[in-house]
Amino acid sequence: MRRPAVEILARLRAKEIAPSELTARFLDRIAACDALLHAFLAVDGDRALEAARAWDDRYARGHDLPPLAGLPVAVKDNICTVDFPTTCGSRILGRWTSPYDATVVTRLRRAGAVLVGKTNLDEFAMGSSTENSAFGPTRNPWDPSRVPGGSSGGSAAAVAAAMAPLALGSDTGGSIRQPAGFCGIVGLKPTYGRVSRYGLVAFASSLDQIGPLASTVADAALLLGVIAGRDPADSTSVDLPVPDYLRALTGDVRGLRLGLAREAFGEGLLPAVGDAVRRAAQVLQDEGAEVVEVSLPTISYALPTYYLLATSEASTNLARYDGVRYGLRAASRDLDGMYLQTRRDGFGPEVKRRIMLGTYALSAGYYEGFFLKAQRVRTLVCQDFARAFDTVDLVVMPTSPTPAFRLGEKVEDPLQMYLADVYTIPVNLAGLPAISVPCGFADGLPVGLQLIGRPFDEATVLRAAHCYEQATEWHRQRPPLDGTAGAPAQEGRP
Amino acid sequence: MIDRRVVDHVARLARLELTPEERERFTRQLGALLEYFAVLQRLDTEGVAPTAHIVAMTNVLRDDTPRPGLPRDAVLGGAPEQEDGFFKVPPVIESETPP
Repeated sequence: MRRPAVEILARLRAKEIAPSELTARFLDRIAACDALLHAFLAVDGDRALEAARAWDDRYARGHDLPPLAGLPVAVKDNICTVDFPTTCGSRILGRWTSPYDATVVTRLRRAGAVLVGKTNLDEFAMGSSTENSAFGPTRNPWDPSRVPGGSSGGSAAAVAAAMAPLALGSDTGGSIRQPAGFCGIVGLKPTYGRVSRYGLVAFASSLDQIGPLASTVADAALLLGVIAGRDPADSTSVDLPVPDYLRALTGDVRGLRLGLAREAFGEGLLPAVGDAVRRAAQVLQDEGAEVVEVSLPTISYALPTYYLLATSEASTNLARYDGVRYGLRAASRDLDGMYLQTRRDGFGPEVKRRIMLGTYALSAGYYEGFFLKAQRVRTLVCQDFARAFDTVDLVVMPTSPTPAFRLGEKVEDPLQMYLADVYTIPVNLAGLPAISVPCGFADGLPVGLQLIGRPFDEATVLRAAHCYEQATEWHRQRPPLDGTAGAPAQEGRP
Repeated sequence: MIDRRVVDHVARLARLELTPEERERFTRQLGALLEYFAVLQRLDTEGVAPTAHIVAMTNVLRDDTPRPGLPRDAVLGGAPEQEDGFFKVPPVIESETPP
């Protein structure tokens, strides 16, 4: 059975298993499952085993063990690492390798994590299905004909299929929570500014945030504790104390007020998903929380607002891919032709579509009507949440309107694809912390419950999610993968 | 609002060479998206301040102390072409013919 990271670490500390043996088992699991799922873009077994062996000795001596000592972790491939290429799922970066580690990676290493590999993603994190990777899509472990969600689909599938106990993703409009929901695991987007973005390849800088994907809420709390906190290299990271998130998991929600967001239960929501989320709210009420209804009148405007702002920021951030400093360069006799052809050959269709949209929204004559208008509506969305948090501690809504859709189903219809993030996007606009936890099934596929908190109040988000998890069995459900993937038998698994 | 001429102009601004098929597709798709995005015009935002960034902070300064940068070899190592410690690009000035 797939074990949570917290239990694996306890087994390591009890010397029931050595770090190198543990890493070898995860590498075996990757070897067995990843041909089908394609969650990884790069795996380095030799390096991972070498790093794990260094922890064997320290466990044998039994002291100075940091929180993740010897634990395998997977990292989304838009986060810079010196020992793996960072491709962003794009041809334009090719096999580019970063000259530095992202701050979150430095913190992972300091915490003792063993990096096993880099995970697949929608190109430059632009997408809701991981079908936009230049290296081919990832598949959903619950049903390989379906998408794992995006853009952190590789990280979500890796954790859901027990190929890594923990993974990092990034969330610009739902890219951690939506794939966590589709794959039946836990995904947490921290408050904007809680985690350093230094070394995260920028998509939309005012929205991007790195966060954990995990099989339990406690595991997400553990990983957040490792990566959170001010970083001098990222001036938008906030200098606030990082609480002990594991100690926040009291198992108790008495005294908490939860607000069901009325507008999230309307048109476009699959009834089975709405029912699962309402039942989840009832569970939390039975545990002692008070559940009321709240109104977020402008969230129906969040989707266009987000796409105007995110694509505008993306069009400027992606201007640096010009064939001069990294990755691909198209052969050309003059500089202008080199820019044009490098970008033509290097970017995929979704990235081009978004660069075009963003460049248009920022161009003279349209800036006021689109970009500035969207920035003003962003203020209204923030105010909606602020008003809700005057009366409730957490806002509750589904993570996604439907469970995982089929590969290819929405690829040619951008608007339909964008709608997959309709409940996660408002949270990024307001910069709030939010989690997706498994809360049931619809059509045999996992459904995610989304809990949204006040700025920098990850502790309350985690506390409520943990209480819900303890009261239900959804997080113990496993994808029926072993029959289809030819994965190793029970005893071969960590 | 969006026609092929606008798409060509925007592609030029974005330094993106489009294939004829992409011109066709983006004209259609961007037109549809912007038509949908026009719902924003229904919201009254008179007097609402724009939000550019969610964390309100100003003047984040660090101490003015020199520190080593990234190693030059490592940075240049990712470039498609380099020479004598520089990134190398195709000629910007066409010829050396005097005016």
